[in-house]
Amino acid sequence: MGQIWNIARGVFKESVRDRVPYSLVLFAVLLMAASYLISQLTAGQDLKIIKDLGLASISVIGLLIAIFIGIGLVSKEVERRSIYSLLSKPISRTAFILGKFAGLVMTLVVNVGAMTVAFYAVLAYMNWMAEPALRAAWEAPAMDVRLTIPIALSLAQLTMVTAIALFFSTFSSPLLSALFTLGVWTAGHFNADLRNFENVLDSPVAVYVARTLYYLLPNFAPFDVKAQVVHGEGVSAAHVVLMLAYAAVYVGALLSAAVAIFRRRDFK
Amino acid sequence: MLALRTEGLTKEYSIGFWRKRPYVALDHLTMEVEQGEVFGFLGPNGAGKTTTLKLLMQLIYPTSGGAWILGKPAGDLGVKCRIGYLPEHPYFYDYLTAEELLTYFASLFGIQGGARRARVAAVLDEVGIGAERRMQLRQYSKGMVQRVGIAQAILNEPELVFFDEPMSGLDPLGRREMRHLMLRLRDRGCTVFFSSHILADAEALCSRVAILAGGKKVADGKLTDILAFELRGWELVVANVTPAWLGRLKERATGVVELAPGRFTLELPPVSPEPTIAALTEAGATIVSLNPIRDTLEDFFVRHVASAPRRHSEV
Repeated sequence: MGQIWNIARGVFKESVRDRVPYSLVLFAVLLMAASYLISQLTAGQDLKIIKDLGLASISVIGLLIAIFIGIGLVSKEVERRSIYSLLSKPISRTAFILGKFAGLVMTLVVNVGAMTVAFYAVLAYMNWMAEPALRAAWEAPAMDVRLTIPIALSLAQLTMVTAIALFFSTFSSPLLSALFTLGVWTAGHFNADLRNFENVLDSPVAVYVARTLYYLLPNFAPFDVKAQVVHGEGVSAAHVVLMLAYAAVYVGALLSAAVAIFRRRDFK
Repeated sequence: MLALRTEGLTKEYSIGFWRKRPYVALDHLTMEVEQGEVFGFLGPNGAGKTTTLKLLMQLIYPTSGGAWILGKPAGDLGVKCRIGYLPEHPYFYDYLTAEELLTYFASLFGIQGGARRARVAAVLDEVGIGAERRMQLRQYSKGMVQRVGIAQAILNEPELVFFDEPMSGLDPLGRREMRHLMLRLRDRGCTVFFSSHILADAEALCSRVAILAGGKKVADGKLTDILAFELRGWELVVANVTPAWLGRLKERATGVVELAPGRFTLELPPVSPEPTIAALTEAGATIVSLNPIRDTLEDFFVRHVASAPRRHSEV
């Protein structure tokens, strides 16, 4: 456990030195600039737009961090041969993979946390600036605590993306890992369509392939509850728990596969 | 207990894209390294030295055979606490300073707090990294990175340390310091195993060597045994040689060089030189010196390696 923590801290430190947090500053500045402009142009819809924009930005920037750090977590170490001196230390290959994963999740939590704070700061500003009549017309309050639900689910989804990127990173180059991860990410949003293939396809083989892919690929669509929350609708606790459990199982399976591959690998 | 033992250690790779064919990078390596010695692992590029070290560190897995380090199978986490390893052309996280990198590695060994600070400072002093220790590694020269590599290999005060081409990237002064460091480690009871193709370093440091060529061990043993066995002849310096004797000398010697009038260096064949010396003394010549001409490690190396199949690149 201690070794996993040591490796994780190393990943976090690298992300800080790689200036990942600067993306947050950019995010916050863009969000605030956008909020100012939009509040000048629209009437009544400005809060909803800010919420949509904020939540989307958090997940997109989180996705960029997860993919672009995730794909290099293992392959960069192998390509640059820094893994040689690291694995000669008393660290198991399992601890190495789990530590890398934990480190990136830690980076994501801190980054998403900071973006959430910036997001709520903008919402607080909007709330303070708005006339009482306008505030009364809003479907949901500006500082709606329920906004943390899509953020938490987004984080769970990003954890899955991290595990996917790490999995590909254990056996392929950063470029291929990025392509594979983006492919899985995209397919994961249309996963539900694969289930309906049996209604449109005649070939039993094609149906079998579609069904296998349906179970193999992640299903990201149910994680996206942004629209509901922005419109003031609630999300059931059962749905949140189910999604978190699904993410945990998926991550567990992927990490097991990554560890199994990595433990057998020769570093030529 | 032996510091290191390998038995039939073999590594094969498949090469070729379409038609895979086996490539034997290391072929049944069996060797033993005693504790407390400086052991030279020699061979040209592509001989299989780095492959062997990677097998010992379990960075690659053997096709067959096995290796035991300090009595335990290679890869044992407990053993990894007691060994050090400097990879060939090391690379470290260049966004860290040398001090941060070593602090990170020390934490992996479970060294904490004040002891960690003291140990990191001590090894950086030992390898000659001064104020630069607070600079990011991306600003380091190749030689300085090599020194950091050496520092991380001895960070945990190992009982056995593996250096893969430790002199690579070091200037002459750095190489001398490295030689002194290896001897200091030996004096502290640490076994030093180093691979090199620079034979002068091996001659200056090693008690025993193994020579590898084409993935196979071609010789091993004490340096004195390997070289003593290969006596090539004698070098005799004589003075006051009369012109009449000169003709006779040319018959006995394999080479004659005149150093000054009446003073010659003779190269005699590797048989007893006593009859020649006795005859020369009788004729009134003065014997200035007599030295055996032994093979240098380089001669030995060239002869043995030349007979082994050549490889194009180190795997």
